[in-house]
Amino acid sequence: MFVRSGRFRLYAAVAAGSFRRYATYRIATLAGVFTNTVFGVILTYTYIALWDEKPGLGGYDQAQALTYVWLGQALLTTVAVMGGGFEDELMRRIRTGDVAIDLYRPADLQAWWLAGDLGRALFQLLARGAAPMMFGALLFQLALPGDVLTWLATALAVLLAVVVSFAVRFLVALSAFWLLDGTGVAQISWLASTFFSGMLLPLSVFPGALGEIARALPWSALIQVPADVLLGERSGADLAGAYAFQAGWAVVLLAAGRLLQAVATRRVVVQGG
Amino acid sequence: MGPAGPARPSGLREGTSDGPVDRVRDGLRAYRMITAMWIRSTLAYRASFVMTALGNLTATALDFAAILLMFSQVDVLGGYRLPEVAFLYGAAACAFGIADLAIGSMDRLGRRVRDGTLDTLLVRPAPVLAQVAADQFALRRLGRVVQGLLVLGYAVTAVDVDWTPLKVLLVPVMLVSGAGIFMAVFVVGAAFQFVAQDASEVQNAFTYGGNTLLQYPPSVFGKDLVRGATFLVPIAFVNWLPGLYVLGRPYPLGLPSWAAFTPPLVAVACCALAGLAWRAGLRSYRSTGS
Repeated sequence: MFVRSGRFRLYAAVAAGSFRRYATYRIATLAGVFTNTVFGVILTYTYIALWDEKPGLGGYDQAQALTYVWLGQALLTTVAVMGGGFEDELMRRIRTGDVAIDLYRPADLQAWWLAGDLGRALFQLLARGAAPMMFGALLFQLALPGDVLTWLATALAVLLAVVVSFAVRFLVALSAFWLLDGTGVAQISWLASTFFSGMLLPLSVFPGALGEIARALPWSALIQVPADVLLGERSGADLAGAYAFQAGWAVVLLAAGRLLQAVATRRVVVQGG
Repeated sequence: MGPAGPARPSGLREGTSDGPVDRVRDGLRAYRMITAMWIRSTLAYRASFVMTALGNLTATALDFAAILLMFSQVDVLGGYRLPEVAFLYGAAACAFGIADLAIGSMDRLGRRVRDGTLDTLLVRPAPVLAQVAADQFALRRLGRVVQGLLVLGYAVTAVDVDWTPLKVLLVPVMLVSGAGIFMAVFVVGAAFQFVAQDASEVQNAFTYGGNTLLQYPPSVFGKDLVRGATFLVPIAFVNWLPGLYVLGRPYPLGLPSWAAFTPPLVAVACCALAGLAWRAGLRSYRSTGS
């Protein structure tokens, strides 16, 4: 019991440290908020044109579609759709051999980096997520929920989204054990997640079979599922289904990460002395 | 490439009496030499270059994929059909791609200011602007230019335009002046980083954000946004004004039709202003010291 709570305190400290690390760069954060807001405004106008042409597209009315834009901007860095979280650092540590130090620590490699990524995600949700969203709500007619429960349900969906995103990026980072330079894998990963997360366009707008495949892939847990929860498209049993979908992919991908980690640490000789 | 000849101080930093023409020539020469060095080092790993260039091409194609997905659901967007949107998209992507290829690495300036490596560039006998512009020259960014050219090629064949010699001529002029306007944006952004080193991401709103804006017809956007993109940060001259003339569409702000032919002038004016901004930025630079 003592050991357990000690472990928890350790990972909480890692998460808090990561939160503070990102919070240090205030000007950079402000710059990011500005850029997210500009992109939000541009995308909003394209969505207005699209939904003017075809009202009810993808099962959303126009206000819902615009809410989708701003949630997407809020989650872009939070769930690290285009990378930019811990994975660059972990890949560098694998390449230089510093990962040996990480493996020596009395902490689990995957849990350590997950804790750090959760701290980063929380900061970016609060700083880079909330501000553009408020700006969007001031400028445009959004369909934000009025009840606290939907917001709480969305928060849980966002948490699960971060875990799924982490699990994918952990696999990407571990590829560096074999490839040394994981840049190519990281690039393929962010291409896939940009396209299949719903960042470009809601997956419900994707035509036919492409839409069905996209909605079944793990990346849809990053933007599409949290957005549907916020927009009230998933409630009751449907909400449980959404969580099960996210949690299912999280478990599968985290387990794959553990397996790969075990193989990597057993079979790969870390560079250096 | 022959021997460079005796080292010759090049004016800008040394305070010799070289005129502006000499300075530009020196700058271009330094730029050419540094980019040639980076290209040689890139091509040492050919497979890696091909893969990253293809990756760059695919990444930039995602924007167009989004437009295609939109047109899988609708026939017109903001009153424009797919070939017309593709024409605007291709022109913006080419112009931005050329600027990004040529001097896109300038957005790293903030990092150089922060870690003090900018000082190395200050003591070298070549204009700092040329060195910063050529620094880390990334040939893989050809991918974006190629992607833009492919879309533009499709648009030119698919679009329903009565091609006059003037319209045909306007297309290459549009690409070159558009690249010039975007380069000016890059330089102003870099100059801004002397002041706000950590705020390099603000620049992305105008470079990548501007590129995204121009990929859609102006009729999609609010009048204020179009006004801002025309008069404040004049990226509308990259492809909207000349492009709409080629497509035979009216510009939403009711500008006279000769405005479609002003992009070269706008580009020159923007580059001159950017040069002044760069000078002001460089003069305000104080090294971090040790």
